Amino acid sequence: MELIKAFWVGGLICVIGQILLDKTKLTSARILVAFVCAGCILGGLGIYEPLKEFAGAGATVPLTGFGNNLAAGVKEEIDAIGWLGIFTGGLKSAAGGICAAVVAAFLAAVFAEPKGK
Amino acid sequence: MDTSQESKKQYEKMVETVSPNSPILKNCLRAFFSGGAICAFGEGLYLYYSTFSFAEKEVSLLVSITLIAISAVLTAFGIYPKLGKHCGAGTIVPITGFANSVASPAIEFKKEGMILGMGAKMFLVAGPVIVYGTLSSVLVGIVYYFLGR
Amino acid sequence: METKRIGKQTVRLREPVVIRAAASTVGPKEAEGPLRKYFDETVEDIFYGETTWEKAESHFVEKNMRLAVQKADLLMEDMDYILCGDLLNQCSGSIFGTRQFKRPFFGLFGACSTMGEAMSLGAMLIDGGFAKYVLAGASSHFCSAEKQFRAPLGLGTQRPPTASWTVTGDGAVVLGKGGYGPVITEITTGKTVDMGITDANNMGAAMAPAAADLILAHFLDTGRSCADYDAIVSGDLGWYGRDLVVELLEKEGCHLDERYTDCGIQIFNQRLQDTHAGGSGCACSAVTFCGYYYKMLMERKIRRMLFLPTGALMSQTSAQQGESIPGIAHGLVIECPPKEEK
Repeated sequence: MELIKAFWVGGLICVIGQILLDKTKLTSARILVAFVCAGCILGGLGIYEPLKEFAGAGATVPLTGFGNNLAAGVKEEIDAIGWLGIFTGGLKSAAGGICAAVVAAFLAAVFAEPKGK
Repeated sequence: MDTSQESKKQYEKMVETVSPNSPILKNCLRAFFSGGAICAFGEGLYLYYSTFSFAEKEVSLLVSITLIAISAVLTAFGIYPKLGKHCGAGTIVPITGFANSVASPAIEFKKEGMILGMGAKMFLVAGPVIVYGTLSSVLVGIVYYFLGR
Repeated sequence: METKRIGKQTVRLREPVVIRAAASTVGPKEAEGPLRKYFDETVEDIFYGETTWEKAESHFVEKNMRLAVQKADLLMEDMDYILCGDLLNQCSGSIFGTRQFKRPFFGLFGACSTMGEAMSLGAMLIDGGFAKYVLAGASSHFCSAEKQFRAPLGLGTQRPPTASWTVTGDGAVVLGKGGYGPVITEITTGKTVDMGITDANNMGAAMAPAAADLILAHFLDTGRSCADYDAIVSGDLGWYGRDLVVELLEKEGCHLDERYTDCGIQIFNQRLQDTHAGGSGCACSAVTFCGYYYKMLMERKIRRMLFLPTGALMSQTSAQQGESIPGIAHGLVIECPPKEEK
């Protein structure tokens, strides 16, 4: 059941991206930016958290989930340490994902050669 | 050729009628099923990792790391771009797409050196995501600090 | 002063310049296309034995230019000038491909119209008496072009239906005075035409007005029409760009029939090879002319053609700053070899 919920919610979030891609001629980098910002704002407003409760990975795996993570991290950090959390909360919560991406990309670049199409 | 504003507008209309649109319905279906599958796979990982004695935060991070690693491997073997061609946003929007956008310039620009090539260009595509993500989080933080609590 | 100019944009050479030889080398995807049997060399390895895309492109340039000179039964030392260009920043594909030749060199940039530019200037150099032999060519490489203009090759992106596919390869001709071969008789040089298209995934639309403008200017200067040509061939407008040219000229009261086609349409099989709008890049017109049309002219199946490579004159910086994409076309009238000289 969890899997099905994750499937259709995640799928629908991707469909929004696809419509933007086809209708607005935005490049994929712009779409990623839009999704992260949207996720962060929705997270800040407390709208994303219920979706996450409902759909699990369907809401956390799309990049909007990454944005929501930033917002959640900031709130948590502000609650814990006060105003300094405005600066440390976001990146702290994103650190795991970013670091994993850097390590994975580095290893990929060390071992792989560019490939043609 | 008449390049007045008026004829430019006329030409723009002509281009719109001649140029085919993207097959949006087909693309959306593909994005739905591929993106959904990646999310369901992520949920599966979540459920699997939850069976071990990890804290919830650790499980979430493990899921992300697993997806990122898989995406980097598929990028290294040149498989991810082939998926991306068919799946569109279905493989761009999930975190695997983020990992792909970090790994692909790293691989492509290693020929310009490990520092100024791979190192400097790794975030060519994903850099703005981090920049604007961070900025939005600060914005959320400020609002939350003054109004939210 | 006697002038060779006829009309505003066209010159007629005093003596036709002979295309002594033409050589074409292409990559694996082009070798799967419908023109396969017309190319001199097809290379299976997209790296062409090199380690980077840029080096691979230069390798195409070097090998193919040597082949062109060899096919003309001449030596590299006989070339008075080398004229060539490509899409990479500072024409580096051409520079590193020709540096071993140690011949006087002009590096050209006309985006994908470079082959027309090189042949035009080469023919003028010869007709002006400044050179006996000129080696003219153009190259492009799918991967080096993607890397420079679009995105890293490993990025999972979708190409819209109007996107074109950069041709990998090099086309080169040896131009000379006298001898046997197809001849260049007239040259119509295009103007930069900008109709405000900003979509870098629709190059055909950006370049079509320049091509239409050139065809119109050529007909006006020479007093000819479509019926006077066996073929009118633009460079890399693709399927939709070709339709736009036909429509634009129809509005000007000039009818083009099926004799008008485009190298970007011919080089790939749109359906089977998933190349969307068609081929593009400097090599698109260069290899299609050097491979297919050169042979058609030699066999006299085409007696007179208007060859007009087209280019989209944009840079990454101009695109990012929101500039529109100006187009250009360079036209040459090329006729089959005169009969008596055989």
